[in-house]
Amino acid sequence: MSEREIMEYDVIVVGAGPSGLSCAIRLKQKKPELTVAVIEKGAEVGAHILSGAVIEPEPLDELLPGWKDTPPPVCIPVERDEIWLLRPGGKRLRLPTPPQQKNHGNYIVSLGAMCAWLAEKAEALEVDIFPGYAAADIRYTADGAVGGIIVGDMGVDRDGQPKDTYMQGIEIHAPLTLISEGVRGHLAKRLIARYDLAADCDPQTYGIGMKELWRVQPGKAQPGLVQHTAGWPLDSHIYGGSFIYHLDKDRIAIGFVCGLDYQDPEFKPFEAFQQMKHHPMVREMLEGGEILSSGARAISEGGYQSLPKCEMPGALLIGDSAGTLNVPKIKGVHQAMKCGMLAADHLAETGAVEGFDAKLRDSEIVRELHRVRNIRPAFYKGFWRGFIRAAIETVTLGKLPVTTAVHADDTALKKVDEYSAPERHWVERDLPPRDRLASVYFATTEHDEDQPVHLQIIDPEVCTTRCVTEYNNPCTRFCPAQVYEMTGEGDQMALQINAANCVHCKTCDIKDPYQVINWVTPEGGCGPIYQNM
Amino acid sequence: MKILVGIKRVVDYNVRVRVLPDGSGVDIDGVKMSVNPFDEIALEEALRIREAGNADEVIVVSAGGDEVQQQLRTGLAMGADRAIQVKTGEPLQPLSVARAFLKVVEREGVELVLLGKQAIDDDNSQTAQMMAALWDRPQATFASEVKLDGGKASVTREVDVGLETVEVDLPAVVSVDLRLNEPRFVKLPDIMKAKRKPLETVSLEDLGVAVEGNLEIGSYEPPQPREKGIMVEDAAQLMGELKNRGLL
Repeated sequence: MSEREIMEYDVIVVGAGPSGLSCAIRLKQKKPELTVAVIEKGAEVGAHILSGAVIEPEPLDELLPGWKDTPPPVCIPVERDEIWLLRPGGKRLRLPTPPQQKNHGNYIVSLGAMCAWLAEKAEALEVDIFPGYAAADIRYTADGAVGGIIVGDMGVDRDGQPKDTYMQGIEIHAPLTLISEGVRGHLAKRLIARYDLAADCDPQTYGIGMKELWRVQPGKAQPGLVQHTAGWPLDSHIYGGSFIYHLDKDRIAIGFVCGLDYQDPEFKPFEAFQQMKHHPMVREMLEGGEILSSGARAISEGGYQSLPKCEMPGALLIGDSAGTLNVPKIKGVHQAMKCGMLAADHLAETGAVEGFDAKLRDSEIVRELHRVRNIRPAFYKGFWRGFIRAAIETVTLGKLPVTTAVHADDTALKKVDEYSAPERHWVERDLPPRDRLASVYFATTEHDEDQPVHLQIIDPEVCTTRCVTEYNNPCTRFCPAQVYEMTGEGDQMALQINAANCVHCKTCDIKDPYQVINWVTPEGGCGPIYQNM
Repeated sequence: MKILVGIKRVVDYNVRVRVLPDGSGVDIDGVKMSVNPFDEIALEEALRIREAGNADEVIVVSAGGDEVQQQLRTGLAMGADRAIQVKTGEPLQPLSVARAFLKVVEREGVELVLLGKQAIDDDNSQTAQMMAALWDRPQATFASEVKLDGGKASVTREVDVGLETVEVDLPAVVSVDLRLNEPRFVKLPDIMKAKRKPLETVSLEDLGVAVEGNLEIGSYEPPQPREKGIMVEDAAQLMGELKNRGLL
């Protein structure tokens, strides 16, 4: 193995999402002489990102004035909001729209398409963007600071041996590294541990977001309509709900989020999503339509209490790698962009990482998180108590002098003999996709099968000796892509990892009760190719 | 010797392609576009020939609007020396592409043309064959092996009954098949180097080629969806269902 080739930049950004791209653009606007590169493991910018998404446009107004003259390809102004409480038996109740869900002035976008659009703006400013390359490791300087990243090797076979196409990953050296991998970034996970960045905060908590883009029968979609539902098909002990955003060209973006702090070991988040689509109100929109794209990604729900220290020697955590999403608004894009821009302003001004964390804590980004900090944890005691507490917090603008602690997700799962799920009144399904495998087809996810499995199981014995009896192998249920399967019985039982199905959502890394699953990046360019998601 | 490699910008092979609701075409809104996979194999072969010392220049060429420059830059990043965009705003059929590429061949004094055997969007498999005929030179298509020796090329072709080896005199046109090679990954520094390699734009008109179209697309239809089946309990029910459908 020869010495790796080296490329040098002033700044390297890991992940071409809203925080990374906003940071890169802002850096070049403030200091055009800086050399800035963005590395992205998806085959193209936008391939690995998905979100509802309804965004607040203020950061766009600030970063790119006049952006509305050439808006991103999918960009529909919100016309009206509806909040629904769904009940079993096809019933529903319209609820008043809380202030955090009043979306007048906001836009429904495809986050992937918007990132591709941001990437064009960045390239016009001479940011070098490299999609199809994975940052596999951090490069450390002699004094232990972050000094850039190491690109993953390509052309390695399943046993770790070089194939004919072997290409060693280069090192990108940079005195400043921005970690903008999004939720549960694999490098962020390592850095948080190494520099003990979570020493003074609560554990991060997450939700799994699953989404489908549908083309429906003409007339069914009402462009600009933003709908959210709660209640059925979940029970009062699972946090979550759906979003239904009506786009143009007879398209509807429909999705479902479940808090990953659910207790029921037998629960199937993907199934809950599919059930929701069968409620008469939703079914009516989708009947006769076709699925264009589907996918899943974890979202960060810890907010203020779970925000780690965001600066370390040589690097910053920005966006959802830190966890800036506002849960009651279910919006993180404006926060991520603002965070990226704040980092850029700080780096342009000081040329160093020190002081960023303090600025972040003092910023409107964290003030916004602080105002709503008690809303998500209010639901730990069930839906109705949460609803009431959330209302109180909203009315008091989060000024009550208490802060509810946030709990971790991996310890929330109860053992199979300790939990019996309530009746959820789920129905027979007939809308596509038939199952998770059919859904994965629409995620267009692809991995060369002949490469090391990127889901590392630190202790595989646990699966067949302890987990099977204690939790009945929940990974086989919470993965939206059916990556994990248990095969055989008794002595022959084994964990089978269908790594090629993986959509890079990170749910397994989060929810595994033994925390033995370690998601690392596969070869660059693999994974989903989300379009207009 | 100069090698010309023709590349086409196509919908990425992974994309789940769908037909537009009105049947007028395929929905490529927001889809990922890539170099046609067979063209990548052709370029890889050209690079290997150059690296073996049997050629001194590899030129990639593509016909289309400015969007094809993205694929030409990929070609340069893989290792091509120069790129040429034959610029046109019109959709092109294989005959026009063949004529355009031939003009470049004549201008550059190219001795070996390597093309993908077919494009994965229209599956025509015509450009290589038409080029050879218009050029009045030999063709060796569906190549799974190419060996150069003096002024000749020995090409093993994948044909329906197995493998056939033909020997052609250069200059010639060779179209490549899947098993010829596995294209290399592009190194990051090479992407940067590719930005500085020459990419020339020449219009279709300046080459003296007219847009020809003797093919007219009628319509596009998605494959018929499979009908939902039923589960039968026993042989008697199976017989009944078959009879009901007039199959017995």
